[in-house]
Amino acid sequence: MNDTSDLGIPGALRAVLLRDLRIALRRRADTGSALVFFVIVVSLFPLGVGPQFELLRRMGPGVVWVAALLASMLAMGRLFADDHADGTLEQMLLSPVPLALLVLAKTTAHWLSSGLLLVLVSPLLALQFDLGAEAAGVLCLSLLIGTPLLSLIGAIGAALTVGLRGAGVLLSLLVLPLCTPVLIFGAGAVESAMAGMGTTAHFSLLGAMLLPGLFLAPIAAAAALRIALE
Amino acid sequence: MSAGLELRDLACVRGRRRLFRDVNVTLPPGQLLRVTGANGAGKTSLLRMLIGLLAPAQGQVLWQGQPLPAAREAFHRQLIYLGHAAALKDDLSPLENLQVALRLGGVAADEPAALLALADAGLRGREHVPARTLSQGQRRRAALARLPLGQALLWVLDEPFNALDAVANAWLLGLIEAQLQRGGMVVLTSHQPVALSDGVTQQVLAL
Repeated sequence: MNDTSDLGIPGALRAVLLRDLRIALRRRADTGSALVFFVIVVSLFPLGVGPQFELLRRMGPGVVWVAALLASMLAMGRLFADDHADGTLEQMLLSPVPLALLVLAKTTAHWLSSGLLLVLVSPLLALQFDLGAEAAGVLCLSLLIGTPLLSLIGAIGAALTVGLRGAGVLLSLLVLPLCTPVLIFGAGAVESAMAGMGTTAHFSLLGAMLLPGLFLAPIAAAAALRIALE
Repeated sequence: MSAGLELRDLACVRGRRRLFRDVNVTLPPGQLLRVTGANGAGKTSLLRMLIGLLAPAQGQVLWQGQPLPAAREAFHRQLIYLGHAAALKDDLSPLENLQVALRLGGVAADEPAALLALADAGLRGREHVPARTLSQGQRRRAALARLPLGQALLWVLDEPFNALDAVANAWLLGLIEAQLQRGGMVVLTSHQPVALSDGVTQQVLAL
């Protein structure tokens, strides 16, 4: 029962991660809304454009990526807002555990309950754009590397706008420009796979953005939270 | 060098208003500090300043002789702060909330002890319901249940007696006395005097 090995930093991080996942499970309406948004936005394009397979294949990767970007922004606003409103954010700032690690745990939970779901449904959506199996696989993989990065960049924006009125719009204005490189290389990977060129360069660049993002974004978000709560 | 908490020449400016200045307090172990003042006098700001959430406009907070920003980690290990909001997640039960709060504070969160603490707080039978179904007083109790667990030296409580009934009031007074008797410190804001037994030193700071 009382395993002391679970104390300290790993225990606290696990507790925060599990808490946020548990809340996401109990508030399925909130968790699902970003996913439903993603599916609907992506599905509107083939309906609007009509059955022109050549055109759909050309625009498919870009549309899925843009919709993923917007859907993850939609979910991002709540990352710290609820914690701020109920006072648990203050408790995280007062924990002996470094705040940047707690932010990383929260962002991970957030990605698992939003970004990962987008990744999992993306192959189905690729069918609507007549993308082949290989292109759909590359799309799924590019989202798997890209959406954590969107969550990390979004966490900085969410921390900067916590407690502000109209935070949602401001968050999008702050974060969307920063996400454009992810969008370009993510959608670019699929396009170059469809053109028969290699995807290594695009994936390397996405990975090269993700690694420093994992390290730096939580530190920046933690600093922003300390300022926001003054 | 002191073993407790020391506020030196603290001043607070919010917006363009100066809320208070030249606040000097030395709180040795085993003593209680009650902060009083009119609404808007800066009681909550003072508490947030002394736990390091708010940078003082002037002056310093010292914990065991060390100025605060530098001693933050050691200080937060010894601190429990309960603010206006009860810091409960509405979708989680009081038990789940308590366990996460303990883990965040670096305290072992085994279930029997947590259940016992909730029962002492008068929440027997409500341990597993979502916190959103609790009344205001029950939410307070659920937040306060954390106090006796762990060994924090300093408790900082913002209006802890709000929304508590007579039974819970007596329970909280008992907790505070036990904390002071084992050499801990308590800082709280309250408009009413805290009815502690004789022999307990109580300082009052009027803002």
